Amino acid sequence: MDNTVENEQPLLEVKDLKKYFPIRKGFFKKTVGHVRAVDEVDLYINEGETLGLVGESGCGKTTTARCILRALDPTDGEILFRTGAGLVVDVATLPESEVRPLRREMQMIFQDPFASLNPRMNLLDIVAEPMLVIDGVKDREERTERVAELLRLVGLRPEYMQRFPHAFSGGQRQRIVIARALALNPRLVVADEPVSALDVSVQAQVLNLMLRLQEELHLTYLFVAHDLSVVKHICDRVTVMYVGKIVETAPTKKLFYQPKHPYTAALMSSVPVADPRIRSAMTPLEGDVPSPADPPSGCYFHPRCPHAVDVCSEEPPALEEISPNHYVSCHRVYELELAGIAGIPAAE
Amino acid sequence: MNRTTPILSVRNLKTYFLLDEGTVRAVDGVSFDVVPGQVVGIVGESGCGKSVTIKSVLRIVEEPGRIVEGEIYFRHQGQNGRDGSGANEDFVDLVPLDAHGKRMRSVRGAEIALIPQEPMAAFSPVHTIGDQLVEAILLHQGVSAGEARQRAVERLHEVGVPSPEECVNAYSWELSGGLRQRAMIAMALSCNPRLLIADEPTTAIDVTTQAQILRLLRSLQQQHNMAIIFITHDLGVIAQIADYVVVMYLGRVMETGPVDDIFHDPQHPYTKALLKSIPSVQSESQKFLPTIEGSIPHPFNRPSGCSFHPRCVEFMPDVCNRRTPIPQPINDRQSVSCFLYHDAAGED
Ligand SMILES: Nc1ncnc2c1ncn2[C@@H]1O[C@H](COP(=O)(O)OP(=O)(O)OP(=O)(O)O)[C@@H](O)[C@H]1O
Ligand SMILES: Nc1ncnc2c1ncn2[C@@H]1O[C@H](COP(=O)(O)OP(=O)(O)OP(=O)(O)O)[C@@H](O)[C@H]1O
Ligand SMILES: [Mg+2]
Ligand SMILES: [Mg+2]
Repeated sequence: MDNTVENEQPLLEVKDLKKYFPIRKGFFKKTVGHVRAVDEVDLYINEGETLGLVGESGCGKTTTARCILRALDPTDGEILFRTGAGLVVDVATLPESEVRPLRREMQMIFQDPFASLNPRMNLLDIVAEPMLVIDGVKDREERTERVAELLRLVGLRPEYMQRFPHAFSGGQRQRIVIARALALNPRLVVADEPVSALDVSVQAQVLNLMLRLQEELHLTYLFVAHDLSVVKHICDRVTVMYVGKIVETAPTKKLFYQPKHPYTAALMSSVPVADPRIRSAMTPLEGDVPSPADPPSGCYFHPRCPHAVDVCSEEPPALEEISPNHYVSCHRVYELELAGIAGIPAAE
Repeated sequence: MNRTTPILSVRNLKTYFLLDEGTVRAVDGVSFDVVPGQVVGIVGESGCGKSVTIKSVLRIVEEPGRIVEGEIYFRHQGQNGRDGSGANEDFVDLVPLDAHGKRMRSVRGAEIALIPQEPMAAFSPVHTIGDQLVEAILLHQGVSAGEARQRAVERLHEVGVPSPEECVNAYSWELSGGLRQRAMIAMALSCNPRLLIADEPTTAIDVTTQAQILRLLRSLQQQHNMAIIFITHDLGVIAQIADYVVVMYLGRVMETGPVDDIFHDPQHPYTKALLKSIPSVQSESQKFLPTIEGSIPHPFNRPSGCSFHPRCVEFMPDVCNRRTPIPQPINDRQSVSCFLYHDAAGED
């Protein structure tokens, strides 16, 4: 289902985002180079939709997410966020004092529900913390009431309020993390691998919860993940990153069945389909992901690309909108016929 | 050699950890067979006893773990029995052997090789990959040091390391995840094992690298006619690699059968529910997934009777919580531990 509404003002628009980390060496910590963790990233998210951000380890997903929330200061670029008051602000350049009130509208859910909860705080304090720190809700009763409501919302019993995180399972802890993220009625929730650390039998519970909350609270998600089956299940559109750059952004079905970038196609053919009758026959990608500190010339994917021609090693391709909402960064985008996910007909 | 005579036969294996706080029945009556030339996939969620099962087979269970019951029959090879005639083969039960004795040491490493769950820990950080490979080859094969080095390079080449002559001089921490995993496989194969055990060999690596490794293991398995035990919690990976599947939950085997039956005609309520709850690339997007209620109990609070009963939709009061089902063949292929399929005459 393609929920993207055209001409709608996006809730978030990221333009030409860059985040370079200095590489320092020696006694004086001289900068000898840069890790281009995020390089010229463009994306947008409409209100109420879920944008997936996928790519292999180290491609810059978390760094992108953290820049959007200004947990990291971007090196360059714009992060335009439409606030609840209808104003468009550039999160990238706002002074810290003005970022703070924005935290109410943008929240993050992290991968590891075990690491992201303070073991010495009980549920009440954990979930109420953002209200106290950011909203300044001083009234204890009001906080308690709100926490009870949030716990019910995520499917936990309010009676658990006095308990500590260690008493909960992984799935329950991720519910707690979600409850805390929702404490201030955010509009954008950035979820970085929210189900990766969970047991298989518990993942579906948390995915369902996220879908239900999106419906009920009209949330907008940026969903970072490496599990492509999960991404396909939950996202309206998906952005694929490779070594800090976007290679393709498309509505989910398009991306999975009619990928236009050879790297996306390689990802799709590598998905282990949970059906022994569909064993992927395609030759998997050779070689390794290059280091963002020392990327190849031209298109970063060219050394591994089965379709590379001369121009690919000479010039970096630009991200181009080849059809509505479908962006691809490949010199040969109009020539190549690529297959999508293994064994599934490309029916639309 | 009779193809259907198992190379490994685990019978009613029980491995417990006797801790001050209580006993963890990590493996609690596990049985399965491994036939030459076959990939047996052991699948189950975190903590269900997959690693402890194979550590028991290799007799490397850490203190205070103990094999308290059961047999592990291994088709042992005699002095000159590499001709595949089966002449010098005999079944030995590995359980009564001295874990550190000569016999067990020759089984470990020479006949059964392990790719451990933490590949980082398997390599020494102070020796090169080449030195470690050479050492392993010298230990089990009567060749000269020069020849051993030659074989090490050949092994690395065989597992698809692009420049093996350079790789032998590298340290494990200098390699990418994919290369390190390949070096690990080269190490495991260095002594021509007849059984290769891979404990989550692709869990920490990216999907395109995972596809490479799965393909590599498949082709090595065919070339060497090895048997492989492949452990994972990822049902997609199991569908792609296994011939035969063992489904575990809380230390017990819930269901066994050929991979096609497990995925297309699962019988145990746990297998059925687990398969339904995973988002598949084929399933309809953004629909609520069927879930399994609750979460995996803590190992100290193992439920009475069938340990899955509190989460089971087919729960039969006074049966499933009273008695423990034992694996029963339900047709000529599958075996299931569930009272839906046999009388409540199991063990207490
Ligand atoms: N604080 C930092 N200092 C230097 N380099 C960094 C820092 N944070 C990230 N990097 C580098 O930036 C690149 C992108 O990292 P990032 O964590 O964003 O990747 P990711 O896509 O989230 O990967 P994963 O899937 O493993 O979580 C990597 O090469 C990483 O080593
Ligand atoms: N050294 C140990 N001491 C005490 N308990 C242990 C020890 N090793 C394992 N266990 C327990 O035994 C049970 C089975 O553990 P095991 O490592 O076999 O699980 P697993 O299926 O391999 O899980 P994972 O997918 O997380 O690797 C768990 O409850 C675990 O806590
Ligand atoms: Mg990350
Ligand atoms: Mg394990």
